[in-house]
Amino acid sequence: MSKDWPLWEVFVRSRGGMAHRHVGSVHAPDAEIALRHARDTYTRRMEGVSLWVVPSASIVASDPSDDAAMFDPAQDKIYRHPTFYSIPDDVKHI
Amino acid sequence: MASLPPFPPRNSRESGSGEDVLFAYLLRLGDDSLILGQRLGEWCGHAPSVEVDLSLANMALDLIGQATFFLDRAAEVEGRGRDGDRLAFHRDVLDFRNCWLVEQPNGDFAQTMARQFLFSTWQKLLFGHLVGSTDATLAAIAEKAVKEVTYHQDLASEWIIRLGDGTDESRRRMIEGLDWMARFVPELFEMDEIAVAAAESGIGVDVTHFRGDYDRITGEVLREAGLERPAEQRPVLGGRRGHHGEHLGHLLCAMQFLPRTYPDATW
Repeated sequence: MSKDWPLWEVFVRSRGGMAHRHVGSVHAPDAEIALRHARDTYTRRMEGVSLWVVPSASIVASDPSDDAAMFDPAQDKIYRHPTFYSIPDDVKHI
Repeated sequence: MASLPPFPPRNSRESGSGEDVLFAYLLRLGDDSLILGQRLGEWCGHAPSVEVDLSLANMALDLIGQATFFLDRAAEVEGRGRDGDRLAFHRDVLDFRNCWLVEQPNGDFAQTMARQFLFSTWQKLLFGHLVGSTDATLAAIAEKAVKEVTYHQDLASEWIIRLGDGTDESRRRMIEGLDWMARFVPELFEMDEIAVAAAESGIGVDVTHFRGDYDRITGEVLREAGLERPAEQRPVLGGRRGHHGEHLGHLLCAMQFLPRTYPDATW
């Protein structure tokens, strides 16, 4: 049965103010059941306060064979890192 | 409704008033949750997919948690040194006070969902009213449990709609599942002596007050699923007096085997 169901990617917001984070995937026949499967599979230990499910087929991914052109040029651009600022101790989640 | 021969009350305090009514009422609530929790647990490792396996196990654990609260409170009210575990694992089948619906065998997934849908809709309405119970512990259990049961009702409704409005086979199985379970619904709305006494004292609720809501809610889901309401059948009654089907004894064998064989086992 489940092998016929499409795959859905699951994103969980762990608490208010945080971004939704990818946690895994579920099989489900449609979006509404996918949301419930995600709830039952990924939030049973108080992991979340909000859930997103997205059809896996809707994710557009970069091609591993393009890795060199896509990502290597960023390697020597040290000046793009915001490491020249001092961050106050009480600022979280940066 | 056919009347059944009376059994003498086998549980210690089921015939009087006051605390006896509270004990008897808590036993019914606890046994309903316990038996359905055990039934759903039988799916563990056997569900159609790993996600459904988790859904069923989660519901089972919610129900067993409710049973623990209800039966611990019942044992406390009884005041004979028993606890919830003792009530769950060391009573015989005639002493159980659950309704017939929850002891019904799982059958296929459609039959399991039919049972869940018919029971959780009732339990959600019941707990929604029990938050106003004059017994503070019972009210607190209901307040926690109503959120769990609201999800059970929602999930079961979704599956009724998916299977009823799915393939020819899923529709046939859903109709068969509902036909099997429907004859156990009238028992949920039965008001016997203990139910009346519990409602009058404010411990419990008069379930007939939400029969209309029950029929409306189940009717809406069945309509969305493209299903007819199951035909009227002769109702099966008596679970609250210890009359049970052949299935409950088998369930208890599996559930009670370990604590009865090794009474001091801990883990």
